[in-house]
Formats: sequence, C-alpha cells, structure tokens
Amino acid sequence: MIHVSSLTKRYGALVAVDDVSFDVAPGELFVLLGPNGAGKTTTVEILEGLRKADDGTTIVLDAPAGSRAISSSVGVMPQESDLYAGIKTAEALRLFASFYDDPEDPDALMERFDLDRVRKTNYRRLSGGEKRRLSLAIAIVGRPKVVFLDEPTAGMDVEGRATTWSIVDELKQRGTTIMLTTHLLDEAERVADRVGILHRGKLVALGSPSQLTSGRSTELTFSGDADVDTEALGAAIGARVARAAKGVYRVANMPPTPRLVSDVTKWFASRDLLVRRLDVGPRSLEEFYLEVTR
Amino acid sequence: MKRVLAQAKVELILTLRRGESMLVTIGIPVGILAFFSLVDVLPHGSGKAVDFLVPGVLALSVISSAMTSLGIATGFERHAGVLRRLGTTPLGRGGLLAAKCIALLATVVVQVIAVVVVGYLLGWKPHGDPLLAAGLVVLGVLVFAALGFLLAGRLRAETNLAAANGLFLVFLLLGGIVVSMSKLPSGIASFSRALPAEPLATSLRDALGGSAVPIRALVTLAIWAVATSLVAVATFRWD
Ligand SMILES: Nc1ncnc2c1ncn2[C@@H]1O[C@H](COP(=O)(O)OP(=O)(O)OP(=O)(O)O)[C@@H](O)[C@H]1O
Ligand SMILES: [Mg+2]
Repeated sequence: MIHVSSLTKRYGALVAVDDVSFDVAPGELFVLLGPNGAGKTTTVEILEGLRKADDGTTIVLDAPAGSRAISSSVGVMPQESDLYAGIKTAEALRLFASFYDDPEDPDALMERFDLDRVRKTNYRRLSGGEKRRLSLAIAIVGRPKVVFLDEPTAGMDVEGRATTWSIVDELKQRGTTIMLTTHLLDEAERVADRVGILHRGKLVALGSPSQLTSGRSTELTFSGDADVDTEALGAAIGARVARAAKGVYRVANMPPTPRLVSDVTKWFASRDLLVRRLDVGPRSLEEFYLEVTR
Repeated sequence: MKRVLAQAKVELILTLRRGESMLVTIGIPVGILAFFSLVDVLPHGSGKAVDFLVPGVLALSVISSAMTSLGIATGFERHAGVLRRLGTTPLGRGGLLAAKCIALLATVVVQVIAVVVVGYLLGWKPHGDPLLAAGLVVLGVLVFAALGFLLAGRLRAETNLAAANGLFLVFLLLGGIVVSMSKLPSGIASFSRALPAEPLATSLRDALGGSAVPIRALVTLAIWAVATSLVAVATFRWD
C-alpha cells in the first residue's frame, strides 16, 4: 500500500531524512515516532506529494507518491494549518467534499467533530484544537483508502483526542490504511500495528510494539516516597537501586524474581513505608523509545 | 468541472469578503471616476472628463483585480500553504488555476458593470465598439493576472503585497488613466508606453471612442501577455 525505499531528503547541509525504508501493508495502522526534528513531517509530506524527495522510491497505492491518479484516494491532515484565512468552517468542509465523487456528509462530520458551533466562524478565528478537528474532518471527507495524519491529536482536548482515536478505529475497521505521527507513546503503543522510530533522519527501529518491547531484559520498577534511601535498600537486597524519576526507582541489572519482589516489599514494610506501585512487566514502548533516541 | 466551479465559487466569495480587496477593485476605480469627473482638476486634454476617464478606469479596474487583488491573495495563500495543499487534492494545480481565472473574470464583470453604470450616471456616452472593448478587457486580464501570478509565485508574501500596490500606483499615474499622456514629459511618456497599462487604457479609449485601436498598443499588450505568462509559468513556486 505504501512502499518507501532509500528515501533521502536534504535541506541544504542538513539530511532531514536519511536512507529510510519501510512498507505499510493494506489496512495497517503505521505509527511514525521520533523526537522534534527527527524527520517525521518531511517523510509524511513526501508521501503526500507536498514535498519532493531528493532520492529513493516512494510508492502509494501502486503509484508514485503525490501523483494525480491517486489524489482522490489519499486523505491528508498536515501538521501545520493550511487553509484560507477567511474561509468559514462549513465552507471549507463542503469545498473539500466537492472534490470527491462519494464524499461523507459534511454536516454529519461537523456534528461528529463538534464543529457545529463554529460552522460560520472564519478559519483564522478558530481555536487551535478546532482547526485540528476541521483538518481531520477534511482528511477523511473523501472516504480515502490511505490516510496520513501528522500529529492528529496535538492541541486537542481530551474529548477531541477521544473522537480522533474513535475515528481512527473506524477507518481501520473499514480497511483504510493509516499512517500517523505522534508524540504520545502510550497511545501509539495502544493503537499501532507497527511502529517506526526516526532519530535524526534515520529509521532506528521498525516493528510491532510487542516486537519492540519484548525479548529485552525486564527490570523491577517501583514507586514510593521521594526520599527512599536507595543505598540501604540496595544493600538489603544485594543489587543496585537507581532513581529513575522523582519517587520512581528501578532495580538495575537483576531480573525480577518473586524473591526480589518479596525482599523489596519486606524492606519497605520494615520501615513502615508504603510501596505505591510495583511493576515487573516488559518495558513500555516509551522506555524502548528513550533508549533508541538517546 | 464540478470541482473547478466549487473552487471558483469559494474564491469569489473570499474575494468579496476581503474588505481591502473590494476597496481596491471597486472602491478606488469608481471613486476616481466619480471624483475626477465632478471635480475638474485633472490635466486630461480636451473633451469631457468622464469620456476620458471611463476607459482608463476600466483599465485600472482590470489592473486592480487581476494584478493587485488576485496577486496579493495568491501570495498569502502560497505563504500559508493553501496552494500546495489544494494542488494535491483531486482539484489539482490546473483546476485551482482555472478556478482562480473564472473567479477573476466574474469579478471583472462586476467591476465593468459598476464603472459603466457610474459613468453613465455621470454623463458618459459611449459610441465605440463594445465587443472590441470586451476583447481588450480580456487581453488586459491575461496580462495583469500573469503579472500578479509572476510576483506572487516568487516574492515573499509581504514583499509581494508592497510590489503589487506599488505597481498599481505606477500604472495609475503613468498609464494614461487619469493623467493624459500628452501632459507627461516625453521621456516618461515613452517609458510608460512600453509598460502594459498605457496600451490597455489607450486602446480601450480608442475602442470606446469610436476610433481605430493603434497596432502599437496591441502589439505591446500581446508581448506582455506572452512574456509574463511564460516567465510566470517557469518561475511559479507552489510553496
Ligand atoms: N523547509 C525546510 N527547510 C529547511 N529545513 C527544514 C525544512 N523543513 C524541515 N526542516 C528541518 O528538517 C528537520 C526535520 O523536520 P521535520 O519537520 O520533518 O521534523 P518532525 O519529525 O516532523 O518534527 P516535529 O516532531 O517537531 O514535528 C528539522 O531539523 C527541520 O528543522
Ligand atoms: Mg512534524
């Protein structure tokens, strides 16, 4: 459905996308992750036909990315706003609907995205989240086969995010191929079929969330008071205890055996302290991400 | 076609909604026509002021909508990423360009009606060839739209704004629109005959005055039309 091989894009001396290759299968939800400036938007916009690659092959729906032939099957939600400043919400959505042969009903979409109240508001006066909602509505109004969503939930409130994920879910049920970028790693882990992680233009990881987080040595992590005496605890359990964040600790270099769990909780009990959370699960995608993008 | 018409309708609505654009396309030309017809301060040669002014103000109307208003709007749309975005939809770049041209022609029709009605109320009596005049207006639209696109496709949005307004003023003063060419120093006059505004105003004046349109003016306009179109197509950036 989407095929990218050896994609390279330079801005002057900066190599924004560096020899990146991946495929997205039909109906798959592919999430592109990476720190600010990693090259996510550049990659996605090349696939949308908004920017030109310097090198490599980009195929979308069996055609070169951005070609006229597929424009009616591709939905786009860019990261930056790009509509007429003076157009009203309803006008914009109707305009885009008119570009497609069998569009969704613009009024139904406006209701769905809670844009009814601002249907007569000029684009430039919409709030940040309202602009994002409209942009997402425009991306899906043509019933696309492939959808590109660049940070769809950025700037949205809780409800907007929920609507967005339910739309993404619906698109997926319909068999739509979806490629999105986000900085919300927990959401990515929850929804993605496969994840690619970009770091300084290079694709440093590619696979399903479970592939990326499994097969790695797990550690015991726990949270308690901010001033746990890690030295004393470490001596008691015979391992090094590191402070991972405020009130969060991990036992380094020792697999989480039942014995270890018991030792840690015993030590806490002996000092009349409470362990607030204890986790022996596999690494979260976030942990993996932080490791590969360091 | 359905797409192009939907886009053209939105382009037209947005143009009508922009106050500054209405001011420059309708307000200024009609204002100039009314003011200088009623107040006899202009050195415009012999004859009735309104007869001299109507053809020139028609040319000014074309310049204001095709170059100034469309060019400035297109520059800001390019800057905001609107052009590149619409270019990747099924509308496409060609469809967007066609829609802009349709909306422009509709705007020009409104302008012509406004100028003719006001001119008529001020005592203007046309006795020329309206079809020839219409053809000249279309040629003028082509020249000045190409010029507007040329600037908008290359300059920064703010620079483009300044350039389009500056050129508007140059054409207004040197284009034989309010000031007769015979009142300009001969060096300046021959310079402005080489620009596109004077040939348009002069040929419209001849067409509506019942005299033969000078070939020189037509050739100058045609050269401008071809040259600006080619350069605009070659240099236009969509983002
Ligand atoms: N048009 C451009 N001209 C020059 N440099 C650019 C341009 N667009 C992007 N860059 C640079 O390329 C790099 C990648 O940018 P890109 O927008 O693709 O990152 P991103 O992964 O989408 O980041 P973010 O998470 O902040 O959206 C950045 O360093 C950016 O400064
Ligand atoms: Mg980005």
